[in-house]
Amino acid sequence: MSAPIIRVENLGKKYLLRHKEAGPRYRALRDVLATGVKTGFGLFGRTGESSTEEFWALKDVSFDVNEGEVVGIIGRNGAGKSTLLKVLSRITEPTAGRVTLNGRVASLLEVGTGFHPELTGRENIYLNGTILGMRRAEIARKFDEIVAFAEVEKFLDTPVKRYSSGMYVRLAFAVAAHLEPEILVVDEVLAVGDAAFQKKCLGKMNEVAKGGRTVLFVSHNMGVMQQLCGTAVLLDAGRVRVAADTPTAVNEYLATAASGAEYRRPRPGAKPIWVDRATVDVVEDADGCRLNVTTEVVSDRAKSVSLDIRVFDAVGVAVAFAPVGSFDHSREIPLTPGRTRVCSSHDAGSLATGVYFLSVDIADPTVGYFDRVEQALRFEVHVPPAGGNYRRLQQAWGYGNVELPYREHRVEGPSAGVGA
Amino acid sequence: MTEPLAPAPALPRHKVILEPGRADRRYWYDLWVYRELLLQLARRDVAVHYKQTVIGGLWAVVRPLVTVVILTVVFSRVAKLDADGGVWYPLYVLAAMIPWQLFAAVLGESSNSLVNNANLVSKVYFPRMLVPLSSVGVPLVDLAVMVPILAVLMAYAGVAPPWQVVFAPLFLLFALVTALGFGLALCSLNVKYRDVRYVIPFILQFGVYLSPIGYATSKVPAEYQLAYHLNPMVFAIDGMRWSLLGVGDPFAGGGWAVSVAVTLIAGVVGVRYFRATEKTFADVI
Repeated sequence: MSAPIIRVENLGKKYLLRHKEAGPRYRALRDVLATGVKTGFGLFGRTGESSTEEFWALKDVSFDVNEGEVVGIIGRNGAGKSTLLKVLSRITEPTAGRVTLNGRVASLLEVGTGFHPELTGRENIYLNGTILGMRRAEIARKFDEIVAFAEVEKFLDTPVKRYSSGMYVRLAFAVAAHLEPEILVVDEVLAVGDAAFQKKCLGKMNEVAKGGRTVLFVSHNMGVMQQLCGTAVLLDAGRVRVAADTPTAVNEYLATAASGAEYRRPRPGAKPIWVDRATVDVVEDADGCRLNVTTEVVSDRAKSVSLDIRVFDAVGVAVAFAPVGSFDHSREIPLTPGRTRVCSSHDAGSLATGVYFLSVDIADPTVGYFDRVEQALRFEVHVPPAGGNYRRLQQAWGYGNVELPYREHRVEGPSAGVGA
Repeated sequence: MTEPLAPAPALPRHKVILEPGRADRRYWYDLWVYRELLLQLARRDVAVHYKQTVIGGLWAVVRPLVTVVILTVVFSRVAKLDADGGVWYPLYVLAAMIPWQLFAAVLGESSNSLVNNANLVSKVYFPRMLVPLSSVGVPLVDLAVMVPILAVLMAYAGVAPPWQVVFAPLFLLFALVTALGFGLALCSLNVKYRDVRYVIPFILQFGVYLSPIGYATSKVPAEYQLAYHLNPMVFAIDGMRWSLLGVGDPFAGGGWAVSVAVTLIAGVVGVRYFRATEKTFADVI
């Protein structure tokens, strides 16, 4: 195997940003006619262009992937990971450079692309499989295997709109897992389903990789990344920062991922509701250790949402979850059109000392996410300066990241009765 | 020792080069490779179309029949127009409704097809033209439902199909190609300008009166005949009446050449505009 299976050379992708915050992404003919009239439809010189700005989502990206490699793509939000996957999977065309793919590509950018809620599980397996590039005969051959993997035998002839969300995701992943392309492009689909199913999916991915196929995999889960990928490409602001073995790339990512206690969105979001700014502050005093998080959310509508704060340790493993409104709906946050600032405070006294990263999500509770800002913030828990006479759990020990709050203890046995 | 598995047959490696503005020389071949997806998408649309309706597929019959009744009342009874060759008026209208329904449904479905399948377009690669092409599924099924009804009405009116009935499929194909030509251009425009969604019903509403559905083409004054044939459906409808009922002459006056030219131009422009814009669909939709 001499030639690499994927060769990316000086790849660039440019978008034109229109400076009209939170405007619709599509245009109405009216807008075109209006600007056309203002500028004399281009007959009297060009004037209306000042409102757009060029933005390079990818710039001079070059790397090679050899056959059979499992390569992780990592980077902060907006680093260009999704754009890279879209170019590689031929959904969008590059603006500059060249990609050579020596094999068929199947991309899995979303779980259940093309699933139709009215169709039955059986019909959706065929539909989704064909959309992902499988032949009908191939699907028929693997049908039983797919159904068994998804554990939906009893519901094959039920419309998927009656499925639980877990069943839906299992079925969708099962179809995708049975693809046999030479190159598989996967975007963070493992962030779904229950733990047991996630484990199964990881096993399947490992199997795919061992079968000699090439996998490109995007995830924010550094633990999974290290487990699955031999090498990784770290993107930063559309450029390749590091392309090396996974531990090196992950360390570089974590060293720079969230350098500070403040996150600002680099450019306006294309979503209806998005996190524009977030800060974290660790307060350690006689009362214990508190995490104060401030989140500024921009919305185009009035909507009741929940705020999910996820905490990761220094190697990127999820260790804690701090929901506001997700479990207790009385705590949901009523957004109004415009900017809303949410200040929340969480007891962090049981966290081990060390470095942590925070992700902030805005969700429609139990429905879906509006915006997820991955590992945008970094904070550190220290040993309390005047810490009394106790030692505190340290991340570096490897004993875990949470010290369970102490409740009580009793001593029973022969010695217990001595004093009595 | 077990036999080692036979190695998979060595298929020629599928090599793809992605570059800005690179014309995809394999485009039409790819379209053929993805033909199963075309069928699946059409099948999905058909399966979903009449879900959660009480009378289901009967809608395919009820809507055109009600239109036939209304047009018969308006044009035959109120306006006192008569059909070519003294054909029973409802039958005369129905022969025109069949190609018109096909045209209207294909145009409407295909123009909105890309926007309705935005999730596919922004998440998976396949030749984009499959999406508008697959939207012919539902109209073709509706057509298949109408044909026996036409046969029954013809039997009731005592009309035997003339020899030229063998050409009827060609006129239907002409209506289909016309609708797809306009549909390809309109669906790519719709990706960027959602106005299209509101323009289509408007066009179709007028089209019923600008096409010879409730009346005969011969009722249009001679000096307007060529201009009238700029609407390619005039030729398609006259052709259907001629081949099904043996009345009129779709080739009289040379207007048919205007209709055919309009359809060919629409087809070429539609395909070219679609291919020129399809690479940006995922960025804009």
